[in-house]
Amino acid sequence: MGIQGAMIQINHLSKKYKGAENFSVSKLDLTINEGEIFGLLGPNGAGKTTLISMLSSLLRPTSGSFTICGLNYKDHQKEIKQLIGSVPQEYALYPSLTALENLMYFGSMYGIHKYDLKNNIQGHLETLGLSEFANKKINTFSGGMKRRINLIAGILHSPKVLFLDEPTVGVDVQSRNVIIEHLKQLNAQGTTIIYTSHHLNEAEEFCTRVAIIDYGAIVCEGEPKKLIAAHHHALHLEDIFLEKTGKALRDYA
Amino acid sequence: MHKLLASAYKEFLILSRDIGGLAVLFLMPLLLVITITLIQDGTFKSIKQNKIPIILVDKDKGEVAQNILKNLKSSNMFALTEQSSEKLVQELIQNGKYQLGIVIPENLSKDLNQKVAENVDGILAQFGAIEDTVPRKPTLLETKVVKLYFDPATQFSFRNSIKSGIDQMVSKIETQTIYKAFQEQITDDPSENIFETESFITFKEIIPNAGEKALIPNSTQHNIPAWTLFAIFFIILPLSINMVNEKNQGTFIRLRTHPVSYATVLGGKAIVFLSVALIQFALMLLVGIYLFPVLGLPQLDVVGKLPLLFIVAFFAGLAAVGLGLLLGTIAKSQEQSAPFGATFVVILAAIGGVWVPVFAMPKFMQALSNLSPMNWGLNAFYDVFLRNVGFVELLPEISLLLLFFVLTTAVAIVYYNRKNEV
Repeated sequence: MGIQGAMIQINHLSKKYKGAENFSVSKLDLTINEGEIFGLLGPNGAGKTTLISMLSSLLRPTSGSFTICGLNYKDHQKEIKQLIGSVPQEYALYPSLTALENLMYFGSMYGIHKYDLKNNIQGHLETLGLSEFANKKINTFSGGMKRRINLIAGILHSPKVLFLDEPTVGVDVQSRNVIIEHLKQLNAQGTTIIYTSHHLNEAEEFCTRVAIIDYGAIVCEGEPKKLIAAHHHALHLEDIFLEKTGKALRDYA
Repeated sequence: MHKLLASAYKEFLILSRDIGGLAVLFLMPLLLVITITLIQDGTFKSIKQNKIPIILVDKDKGEVAQNILKNLKSSNMFALTEQSSEKLVQELIQNGKYQLGIVIPENLSKDLNQKVAENVDGILAQFGAIEDTVPRKPTLLETKVVKLYFDPATQFSFRNSIKSGIDQMVSKIETQTIYKAFQEQITDDPSENIFETESFITFKEIIPNAGEKALIPNSTQHNIPAWTLFAIFFIILPLSINMVNEKNQGTFIRLRTHPVSYATVLGGKAIVFLSVALIQFALMLLVGIYLFPVLGLPQLDVVGKLPLLFIVAFFAGLAAVGLGLLLGTIAKSQEQSAPFGATFVVILAAIGGVWVPVFAMPKFMQALSNLSPMNWGLNAFYDVFLRNVGFVELLPEISLLLLFFVLTTAVAIVYYNRKNEV
């Protein structure tokens, strides 16, 4: 799908947690266009998850604002929730329920009719190679299978915007490949994707545009290939990443 | 509506998959009500059948001591052992070998007879009924003390009832001695029956009843409502744990990104856990009706009361569910919700009158009792079971229970929305 007008418009967005000394996200301005696959990259604690949590209605910004599909987040929360999909880093599934039961429940919460929902779920399960496990309980699934169900739970209503927080963390290469291919397919059908990841090679290959965030601010932004070309010593995104964020360990308690 | 039903169905599935949890949810309350009723119903029987071991020292060796002994034996409540040393009695009681020790003082019979004779002489002389106009000079006699030694572990209520029983017995003996003294003074023929020595005033237990049927409350009719209510309120534990689990699993966070209100999520839980409370109640009734008679306990009488009983159970269940939803919303971990929930239910039961009747509580606790939803529920159950009231008379209590549900749920929703406001 071609890239069109602004899907997400972020203006001076900041977040400071209670008791924290510094801002996790600081006066961030960003425009994400319709049809983009936008990668939010950064070291641990850089502010990626905080930003994505604010955009997916989980966190209240300290200041600033944003719009999704032209709707202001403060005034149109219910409408925005109907337009977005969110895939959290945690599995966020009911372990004692089957894959189908989990997906039927989360799909129902978007108000999708039972018949459409069943068809929709079957389609996604098939694409992600999980059809034969539809009636198995989640607590019997491997990490990769749970990740794929976690993804399906966020896309059942064919969202306009999809937020993914490290959707391929802790999965094998095969599962990662299936997930990325499925996301590309979704994007081709019109879903704008915003995703965070520590897999820079994956982001380089998958994203149409990336932003490297550090200490809550964007330090570098652009199309992966153009960014690499603009940095003479860089062969991959990782080189730029280390150049912009440094090699010191980032551990936060 | 679609989202609410989907939420309820999901809760039903989660609950139905937890077989252990379900067993605890349904079997433990049944076990509780059976155990408590067996204990309470059996207490009176066991006092009659399993005699209480008591030890007695008779320093009097007279007629009064013989009378006390005779009365104790005829009561069939005690296994009596006689002992000569008061010191040994103290030791045996202290060690818990006997629950009660009675020491009858020296010269009790002699001094009592003398005291009574002097009093009777005095009275008759006043009325000129005896020829000897010079009344006997009263002898200075010390008041006699019958000592009662109790095992320190004996419960206060048991101690009081034994004390009052013995006090009654001693008073009766004293009265009979007075009658006898009068008889001796008035007539020389001991067979002549001048006085009727049996008690003139006796007691008859009557339970007022408004309907046609006589209502005799028994341990079953007292215990089923009280402990059923206790079990219904214990539902706050699994309910709050269920909600804490959702927080830990991340499913609550995921739901916050969905276009679904917290009220709908809570509604699904309320439907399922209220159903559980009603099933619990139905099982309790079945146990009272069918199992209790088999266990030798009085049968629960529900004839003509079932609709009202289920109305009360419904509103009591609502109140319990509201409390569970509030606790589950506020608690951050199972370590917070489980101990708090369990302790809070016990406190609500205590101030609600499940263990000690409200009228027997101190004034302050009586006032506090009016604030316990368990008290409202218990009164409503007693109204149906024991007072034969109709729906209109239940309205104040079930309205309070409904109001409690509305308030607790509203507080839970406001708290959640404020905390997660974006």
